[in-house]
Amino acid sequence: MKTRELYYVDGAVPQSDAPERSPRPWGRTRVVGRPLPRIDGYERLSGAAVYPSDVVLPQMLYGAIVRCPHAHAKVTTVDAGAAAKMPGVRAVITGATPAADLRWYYSPTVVTKLFDPECRFAGEAVAAVAAETPQQAWDAARAVAVEYELLPFVVDEHKALAAGAAAVQPGGNRVGEPVRYARGDVAGGFAAADKVLEATYSTAAEIHTPMELHGCVASWDGPRLTIWESTQGVYPVQQRVAAALGMPLANVRVIGRYMGGGFGSKLQADKYDLAAAVLAKLAARPVKLFITREESFVCVGNRPPMTMRLKAGVKSDGTLTALEMTVLGTGGAYPAGGTSLADWLVRDLYLCPNVRTEMTDVFINGGPARAFRAPGHPQGAWALEQMMDALAAAIGMDPVELRLKNIPKVSQARGGQPYTSTGLDRCLTEGAAAFGWSQARRRAKADGPLRRGVGMAAGMWVAGGGGPPSTIVVKLFADGSANLNMGASDLGTGTKTVMAMVVSEELGVPLDRIEIENADTGTTQYATASGGSKTVPTESPAVRDAALAVKRQLLAIASDELKAPAEALRIEGDEVVSSADPAARRQIARLEGLQRRGVLVGVGTRGPNPEGKIVNPVAAQFCEVEVDTRTGVVRVLRFLSANDSGRVMDRLTYESQVIGGITMGIGLGLTEQRVFDRQTGTMVNANWHDYKIPTAMDVPADIVAVPIETPDDEANTAGAKGLGEPVTIPTAAAIANAVYDAVGVRVLDSPISPMRLAPLLSAARQGGGR
Amino acid sequence: MADDRDDSETTPAKGVSRRGFFTAVGAGAIGAATLAKAQPGAVAPLAAKEEPATITLVVNGRRRRLLAEPRWTLLFVLREKLGLTGTKVGCERGECGACTVLIDGTPRYACMTLALEAVGHEITTLEGLMHGEELGPVQQAFLAEDGLQCGYCTPGQVMAAEGLLRANPEPTLDEIRLGMSGNLCRCGAYAHIFKAVAKASQLRKAAGGEP
Repeated sequence: MKTRELYYVDGAVPQSDAPERSPRPWGRTRVVGRPLPRIDGYERLSGAAVYPSDVVLPQMLYGAIVRCPHAHAKVTTVDAGAAAKMPGVRAVITGATPAADLRWYYSPTVVTKLFDPECRFAGEAVAAVAAETPQQAWDAARAVAVEYELLPFVVDEHKALAAGAAAVQPGGNRVGEPVRYARGDVAGGFAAADKVLEATYSTAAEIHTPMELHGCVASWDGPRLTIWESTQGVYPVQQRVAAALGMPLANVRVIGRYMGGGFGSKLQADKYDLAAAVLAKLAARPVKLFITREESFVCVGNRPPMTMRLKAGVKSDGTLTALEMTVLGTGGAYPAGGTSLADWLVRDLYLCPNVRTEMTDVFINGGPARAFRAPGHPQGAWALEQMMDALAAAIGMDPVELRLKNIPKVSQARGGQPYTSTGLDRCLTEGAAAFGWSQARRRAKADGPLRRGVGMAAGMWVAGGGGPPSTIVVKLFADGSANLNMGASDLGTGTKTVMAMVVSEELGVPLDRIEIENADTGTTQYATASGGSKTVPTESPAVRDAALAVKRQLLAIASDELKAPAEALRIEGDEVVSSADPAARRQIARLEGLQRRGVLVGVGTRGPNPEGKIVNPVAAQFCEVEVDTRTGVVRVLRFLSANDSGRVMDRLTYESQVIGGITMGIGLGLTEQRVFDRQTGTMVNANWHDYKIPTAMDVPADIVAVPIETPDDEANTAGAKGLGEPVTIPTAAAIANAVYDAVGVRVLDSPISPMRLAPLLSAARQGGGR
Repeated sequence: MADDRDDSETTPAKGVSRRGFFTAVGAGAIGAATLAKAQPGAVAPLAAKEEPATITLVVNGRRRRLLAEPRWTLLFVLREKLGLTGTKVGCERGECGACTVLIDGTPRYACMTLALEAVGHEITTLEGLMHGEELGPVQQAFLAEDGLQCGYCTPGQVMAAEGLLRANPEPTLDEIRLGMSGNLCRCGAYAHIFKAVAKASQLRKAAGGEP
């Protein structure tokens, strides 16, 4: 699925030419698939890696942004006079500064300004300052006197469409028409069911909060601008900044070789880029502008909260007969995909002939959403996978068995196109076996206040197949060492390591002799932002193509010198050898032709995906929890994730993705929620003390990755599908199901905090439950 | 922009009341008072928040002399003034541990420590765990077990682990959890971090307990 939303580009998704030839699938590999430590581990562990927030330039100033404290207000006056005169202050910009009069758009029709006179959420940018030290910048930011005319606001999405609700946008609070989907005969499906269940589920808004703050360092060199940005994609940032400032793309260089986490919130440029660039221009000095942790909770994205009504019909043999879902969500004050993909699992995870969904996205006076690790999917899984658990209980069937009854081999929501591969059944059966599911289900829950339970859930990711464009350059030096040049960012998923392994696989170069240059619009090739679990399936085939282009040249040189046909030659260690004549061999570094050329250059591109087929990764997860029935505290004791993401590229970083996805899912399930104060419309827990992400105390040490490894050779020439998102889709739902197994209470709203669970347990006890 | 006025860095000192000092630096001052009590002779001078003072910090065994404002945190000085960017900035409010350094061998949040408070104490940063160009045992263990993803919380995790192992060379899993619980990792590498700390314990033991 190639949408602008998933690729985060303005306008059409660029294309790269298809490779001239398509190599055979790898079959058995020598390097790819091994558990190798990160190629840039030394840099990250020694402190040598320079992250964008580490950049310190001579004469550099520090920037700070003045933000609106009100949920909805009109800026009437901004008096920056006092601030401009404060010690160390070198530039102050407001909506009245000509150089800062810049357009900022959320969609082709919703256009605002860098400092818009109307602030639609608490946290909108109003002005910015640059000073010699960050302390002086903040002193000045606090001294900018802003007068606001307060406007009515709405921060509860359930009230956004009510009569008399404050209008967030001039056209009202609907973000377009509801998104509707239907297939089959839903009423007939429910009529044919033996059991029909209905429930309303909700997930709280979740905030990304990557460890490295959002921000950049902006530096001008006459008409040229260089931006060091903590980003998932240097090219989308370049595109947006150049367009906003009316500059040639060539004059905006964006560098992001290292970055400290994004999870979808760093796929795009932000207003702080423009503020930093304008401040730097006016002050004629470089400006470092990283937002504060508190700001990171309100103005750089969130996972939209969703309310999902789901009705499901099942026959007593486990056949699903109908699914009907209505979703209400909000992406905040601007169009930002408030219900994006929330119904996808209902549409396509299980075989079901009759499906109807309707999703309504509304505006509230909250910070705009951004893509967050599998947009919409963990929310949809929270509803669907709890419903599947309830259906299984209703018909007296094992939850794994019920899912196995309903495995599709085609994408029902995409015209019945077949999947290139789907290991959902294997994820379920092999995952259950490795977890000891049947035995654990039979185990007693214990009689004391601590009750144990097990739960499971499955999932798929709508994308994860990647695709063009991607262009890669591989250089082989005269001594046989190599340089890999790619535009993609490594978010910490291990992209650089995996790509170096692909080069090593084809050219035999050991990893410590491969240098990687990446994520720099000035020196590396075009790449879309790293996200959508598409980086490995997008980039590795292009890397392979580039390495093979080098290999062809190398073997042609060797063929001349060894007087052997190129087809009979292969690379073995640091030598080229002939399969026909074992005596015909030469060290790569001693090939005269290579010495003469000095360097061989191979350019590779990403070929198209197979026509008429769908490439999606799938997963099943299993967990065990312990619930303290006195306090409502849930402890996750162990987790197992069985994933079909095609070929395993690096077994070690693969496992890291799995434990990371599960950890993040534990946050969604148990602790994370944005809380708005209904009186003021501002977020009251915009910090890590009050908004609790999982700590070392909250996650099990026992997290097992079970790769269901079926190289997907039809999908692409690396055989790999995406992994980073599928690993977090079923997690929260699996926990909710385990809690139900433990205490017989179904928690329909996330997170399952003690505050929420304790009253439910108490009510269950009073109602004669256990 | 014209440099047409004096900045406070060069403004002569004015009288400052003790109350003014506490107001200016808030809770950090309480920490300063405590530290100062523990270390007679290393009393942090009272000053206005913007009035720079010459201080000497001992960082990774070297004495570093610099002009610092009283309100500057140790984190700010390490990163922006001394170029030791191995220490990361995550929240600047004592929540995440990305800025963890060792002060006299104990893990401390550099964002909650004023540079002035650190005077007279031995400060060790990630860079200080290197053996020349080689990674130290804790760093090696994090590399081998992939106890990191984006790597941004990693320096803090490594310093917390180093501090834990200095105090408790052979921690149990529960002790590891507790020892590492002041350091957030949003990529969620904890399960690998636990393994890395256990491995680091072995590597340090093999190296004779040296950091």
